[in-house]
Amino acid sequence: MKEAVFNYLRLDGRFPHILCAGCGIGTIMKAMVYAFSDLNLPNERICVVSGIGCSSRVPGYLDCDTFHTLHGRAIPCAIGVKLAQPEMKVIVMGGDGDILAIGLSHFIHAARRNIDLTCIIVNNFNYGMTGGQVSPTTPQGSLTLTTPYKNPEREFNILEISKAAGAVFFARSTTYHAQHLKEMIKKAIEKKGFSVVEVISQCPTFFGRVNRIGDGVKMLEYFKEKSVEVKTLPVASRGEKEEKFPEGKIVIGVLYETSAEEFLESYQKNVQGEYEGRG
Amino acid sequence: MAERQLLSGNEACALGALKAGVRFFAGYPITPSTEIAEFMARELPKVGGFFLQMEDEIASINAVIGARAGGLKAMTATSGPGFSLMQEGIGYACMAEVPCLIVNVQRGGPATGLPTKPAQGDVMQARWGTHGDHPSVVLYPDSVAESFFLTVKALNLSEYLRMPVILLMDEIVGHMREVVEISEEVEIYSPKKKKKPKEEYLHYDEDNNYDAEFAHFGEGYKIHISGLTHRPDGFPTNNPEIIAWKMERLKRKVEDNLSLFWGWDMEYLDLGSEVCLVAYGAAARAAREAKVIYEKERKKPIGFLRFRVIWPFPAKRVSLLLRSALKIVVVEMNQGQLGGEVERAVNPDIPVISVNRVDGEMITPEEILDVL
Repeated sequence: MKEAVFNYLRLDGRFPHILCAGCGIGTIMKAMVYAFSDLNLPNERICVVSGIGCSSRVPGYLDCDTFHTLHGRAIPCAIGVKLAQPEMKVIVMGGDGDILAIGLSHFIHAARRNIDLTCIIVNNFNYGMTGGQVSPTTPQGSLTLTTPYKNPEREFNILEISKAAGAVFFARSTTYHAQHLKEMIKKAIEKKGFSVVEVISQCPTFFGRVNRIGDGVKMLEYFKEKSVEVKTLPVASRGEKEEKFPEGKIVIGVLYETSAEEFLESYQKNVQGEYEGRG
Repeated sequence: MAERQLLSGNEACALGALKAGVRFFAGYPITPSTEIAEFMARELPKVGGFFLQMEDEIASINAVIGARAGGLKAMTATSGPGFSLMQEGIGYACMAEVPCLIVNVQRGGPATGLPTKPAQGDVMQARWGTHGDHPSVVLYPDSVAESFFLTVKALNLSEYLRMPVILLMDEIVGHMREVVEISEEVEIYSPKKKKKPKEEYLHYDEDNNYDAEFAHFGEGYKIHISGLTHRPDGFPTNNPEIIAWKMERLKRKVEDNLSLFWGWDMEYLDLGSEVCLVAYGAAARAAREAKVIYEKERKKPIGFLRFRVIWPFPAKRVSLLLRSALKIVVVEMNQGQLGGEVERAVNPDIPVISVNRVDGEMITPEEILDVL
């Protein structure tokens, strides 16, 4: 029996995909299509927008409107699509380098505008497609091709950036937690406004190998070991003012949620106010 | 019905865009183009459109591409430094075949240059600013009225050819005010070849190169748009034959349609004369004045050729039109960017003299008369 999720994949000759053996991006793609299926989203109402990089190739395998844009530019392109087609679910998919380096200003400004997009950031701590260079999320002290003496820079905290910029939803998951990841993506899609899902993913080819963490399975085991669901933490340490997450742990789950007026709503309201007022 | 209005070139451009059906504008403020954005911010919401001031020019051009891919006619306006930032996006629009309008109201350069002074230094950037091979379509008005008409023309050409079209303007034309007659309605292009049903539709098939209705996001065609070199279905390829087909296709759509430009792309007077003036944009206004003074003083005519379309450059017709000239004078506010094209086009025995100025001041008719 063909599962319902196959309806969301382009099965007419697009597969096999280009991802390396052991890569986590396939798991994320699977979580996405299961999320679409659970939410009963019609294919015609979904547009997946990506920039450049390994994870940005995912839209090409999805059977909906798909938009593979320039490096770092997925978010402004997605804003254009969303305003032209407000009824569509517009989902941005990109890597840590794509969205947080070259695309960072677009990311924070989209969050500030609170435009109704879901942004899935695949965080594998390096630039995979160009062969494993340092990225804004590469942990300090890690090895990459462009930090052969170990990364001297501190890594970005995506949660803090998203919150500060005005995103209304932030969730984190890992490729080990496939079910959990699907739930996070579902919640993000359902949330009105700018929602962010950070997915910790493995790049065994360029990050795991170079840093002697091991292959894909080893990296997944590492995620399993290090992860802790935010709900299981004592309430006090989940305080909004100060993050008191356990040191050295990957805290997963919905880490931040608030509500604010969405951009399109406020745009329409202002415009209508102006013209109705004039009679 | 035509309406008489006192407008600046920038306002006329924005008004033309609005009448030609633009419903999305994304931009970033930059002198001397900003009045276009301000006009759009005020007027677009009244017709159900969107105005967005983005965080930079890169975001602007990409939002424009996204909006057009989603079905809204879209444009942006900028000046030299912003235009430089947009080049990658313009290349994307060429490759992905997304129509849009980019207005560049030029200032002096390079770099920040002269924000409030005129120049015509972006002629070559408009042609060769992006990486890779592709044709460019660039229109160039010399008056407020033309800013209106050429904006409409640029949008229609962009939709017809399914590619970005650039409108180059001068600070002088952009900020100058003239009384113009604006028609209530303008002719808006509608494609001859209608969209195929979903099962047969390919976003880049041969029928779909130009003068065709193409699908946009949200219509259920489930299209894939990419900046990677792609097959007719939009998916990336490394097949040399398909790569060559795609590159050829981009070139062909302009080459096949050169006749679209005939009849309006140039203005010319007295071309049988011994001396011919060649110019475009604000510099053409000085050249026209020089012609009037010259003819009054010396009692003989002087040729005048002005471009409304600078790319694709009409080399063959320029060569034909200027074949009887004994001397050609190219007037432009740069160091000779289009002069080189004219020189390449005409008989090598004909001397081509340049009158250039790059100090932020308008070329005067007297300077032109000095070389005649």
